[in-house]
Amino acid sequence: MNKIGLPIAVGCFALVPFFAGDFYINLGSQMMIAAIFALSLNLLAGYGGLTTLGHAAFLGLSAYFVAWLTTRLGLSHATAALLSIVGTTICAALFGLIALRASGLGFLMITLALSQVLWGLAYRWVSVTNGDNGMTGVTRPMPFGFSIESASAFYWFALTVTTIAFAMIAIFVTSAFGASLKGTRDQSRRMAALGYNVWLIRWITFIYAGFWAGVAGILYVYYNKYIHPSSLSITSSAEGLLGVIAGGSGTLVGPVVGSILVTFLKNYVSSYIDRWNMLLGFVFMFIVIMMPNGIVPGVRRLARHFKGTHR
Amino acid sequence: MTIQDGSYALELIRLNKAFAGLPVTQDVSMIVRPGERRLLLGPNGAGKTTLFNQITGEIQPKSGQIKLFGRDITKLKPHQRAHLGLSRTYQIITLFPQDTLEHNVALGLLGLMPSRWDLLRPMSRDILVEARRVLGLVGLGDLADWPISDIAYGEKRRVEIAMALAQKPKVLLLDEPLAGLSAAERSTIKKLIAEIPREVSVVMIEHDMDTALDLAETITLLHYGKVIIDGTRDAVIADERAREVYLGH
Amino acid sequence: MQTHFWIIQSLNSLALGGLLFLLASGFSLIFGLMRIANLTHGAFFMLGAYFGATALRSFSWINLWAAAIGSGALVALIGGLLERFVLRKLGNNPQGQVLVTLGLSFIISDACLVTWGGDPIPVPTPRMLQPPTILFGYAFPTYRLVLIGCAVVVAIALYLLLERTRLGAMIRAGVDDAQMTRAVGIRISRLFTVVFCLGAGVAGAGGVLGGPILSAYPGLDGDMLPLALIVVILGGVGSLGGAFLGSFLISFTYTFGSALLPDLAYVILFLPMIIVIAFRPQGLFGRQSA
Repeated sequence: MNKIGLPIAVGCFALVPFFAGDFYINLGSQMMIAAIFALSLNLLAGYGGLTTLGHAAFLGLSAYFVAWLTTRLGLSHATAALLSIVGTTICAALFGLIALRASGLGFLMITLALSQVLWGLAYRWVSVTNGDNGMTGVTRPMPFGFSIESASAFYWFALTVTTIAFAMIAIFVTSAFGASLKGTRDQSRRMAALGYNVWLIRWITFIYAGFWAGVAGILYVYYNKYIHPSSLSITSSAEGLLGVIAGGSGTLVGPVVGSILVTFLKNYVSSYIDRWNMLLGFVFMFIVIMMPNGIVPGVRRLARHFKGTHR
Repeated sequence: MTIQDGSYALELIRLNKAFAGLPVTQDVSMIVRPGERRLLLGPNGAGKTTLFNQITGEIQPKSGQIKLFGRDITKLKPHQRAHLGLSRTYQIITLFPQDTLEHNVALGLLGLMPSRWDLLRPMSRDILVEARRVLGLVGLGDLADWPISDIAYGEKRRVEIAMALAQKPKVLLLDEPLAGLSAAERSTIKKLIAEIPREVSVVMIEHDMDTALDLAETITLLHYGKVIIDGTRDAVIADERAREVYLGH
Repeated sequence: MQTHFWIIQSLNSLALGGLLFLLASGFSLIFGLMRIANLTHGAFFMLGAYFGATALRSFSWINLWAAAIGSGALVALIGGLLERFVLRKLGNNPQGQVLVTLGLSFIISDACLVTWGGDPIPVPTPRMLQPPTILFGYAFPTYRLVLIGCAVVVAIALYLLLERTRLGAMIRAGVDDAQMTRAVGIRISRLFTVVFCLGAGVAGAGGVLGGPILSAYPGLDGDMLPLALIVVILGGVGSLGGAFLGSFLISFTYTFGSALLPDLAYVILFLPMIIVIAFRPQGLFGRQSA
């Protein structure tokens, strides 16, 4: 299903700039950045059974790297992006070493605590990060000589990256490694007895998830041309997690759908109600209590029901 | 299958384990020879499953040694022991409920293969084919595409065993393989266990005396974590102490 | 001059440690007994602070202690409602429980912002405790000394509760083995509610007691929650002694770190936790999970 679905979906998304105004095109770009982030988070939370509340740390870290390397050191976009991804991935490896000393709730608390380190650093190390004022002046690169200043151009750039991300994560998840990852989520004790090195499987996944969150972070800072400590906050991680859960963790499409909804909610509704945080809280509680499996599995179940293949 | 220096398949040397001061394994020693069928008996709480958990490495004994074909595995992690030929089934069904029977057994096969680290390609066709073959051996070939959640309890027990056997283990630990089964299902599983090839040494925990005794060649009787009697089936059955242990409850 | 610096910072550390203990002990008990990482805990602390500050501003006849007890009770009530009507429904979904407490923390946080605005509300030090105490020739802020005393009193009270009362025995049994405790006939669900209320109440009271030092401000919850987390991770879940030791370990690290390396103080905070986790994942006093 995904093999034909993906090109069609990408094709449809690519047509949006011809029909919509800049506001919606920009919204679309934001949705795609959120989608990459949610897909990366889903590797851990959905496929790995390791819920983390500190994933935004990697998004923010790579964004800060790019901002600092380009505006303070004057490095080229390509070099900055590369160094940023490498740095973020190394950080993910280190954080994974610490966090994976536990699992379940212990893991959740440690990831939360670790991401707070980076948040605190972004906030207090004013000489480097400019603290609460954030870092401005980030410019967009010119990939292969094309400008991505306009809303449409950036949108297509983001779409390209998102498509690659989706495809690569899909390959990861359907691979033999992906099967063992899902196994460790469902029966980690059994998997160990069957010969799987559960810790190593989780650590590799953690690093890969950190990598893609870093990619999302680079797009993020290019889009906004600005980075602020709040992007590393618990709220930011929670928004990503909400997208994953609402859409349906453990599926590929779920997080994409969920993050599209959360982004829409955040941007659209925010212009009417000022209380995004409170709304986020209510939506969180609602989804967890009412629809714990998320939207996509719910819809799939309905579809199977109507098709009559449900036993 | 070669065994270096004629060593025992599994050897437990003076294992000790306590949970919060309560001793659950007390100075337990046991020898399983290659091809043997050993039954681990004992009333509830005797520490049988805890002993299994120490053999597989999920729990670390406080003192003592565990050797697999002469090799000291006491400090090895569970997944490392699996690669040395140790396999087990569980008292409570620990299958993957959302996945098909085929996938379950395939995961069992994949665990010992280098391709489990393949980040790009899905499980190879060969693994799936072999999984179906193993399912056929236990009489579940027709249900290969069904999700675990949809099959009967007795069939799940068979998948448990299939998964363990698929790995072609050298030492197989069966933790109450007959638990909760009807008489008909019990005889099916019994037949399965009886047909396990001689290359595999089997240690079985079981409560159902009638069935279990038929399958056992040697018996170790455990009580309060201690080995009470240890010997051939007939010797143990005849022993006074066996009756004491069971009647005393 | 140098000695004075060390003594003052040590006193500040002890006071902060006491506050952290008030916050972390409840969190640790809730997690230990109910396996719920209550992410609303920081919000409970903040809510208590706001309630106390408002009470002190509105009623001249109330003193700090009454405000602390009153706020604690109010927050305990809110906690009880949360536990009884939301968390209990998600009994077999521990991840869901955590996420729900996260959602609620956002709601409370924003509600406080709406109700009390963006400016910090000061909580006045009780007049009797305003003049400094002279010890060994140095002048110490009296309130901080009293705060340390309060924390010690609460620590002893909690210890006695856990070790010497029937309720405490049930709590400890539940922490060790919830299923067994239920099997023995103890009403675990009622126990859960009591513990959750207790934890929330102590946090709420702690918010008021911390008021003269921290005041009540938006973001207090976000500042306090990670500290509680680190203390509990460090000290071990469900261990009162761990929460006690961890609180002071962290408060000393933070206070001296802030004084000596202000930019990196927040990072230094996490070092003890990271070191402990590397060697003992279950924390200093925690039990190794089966």
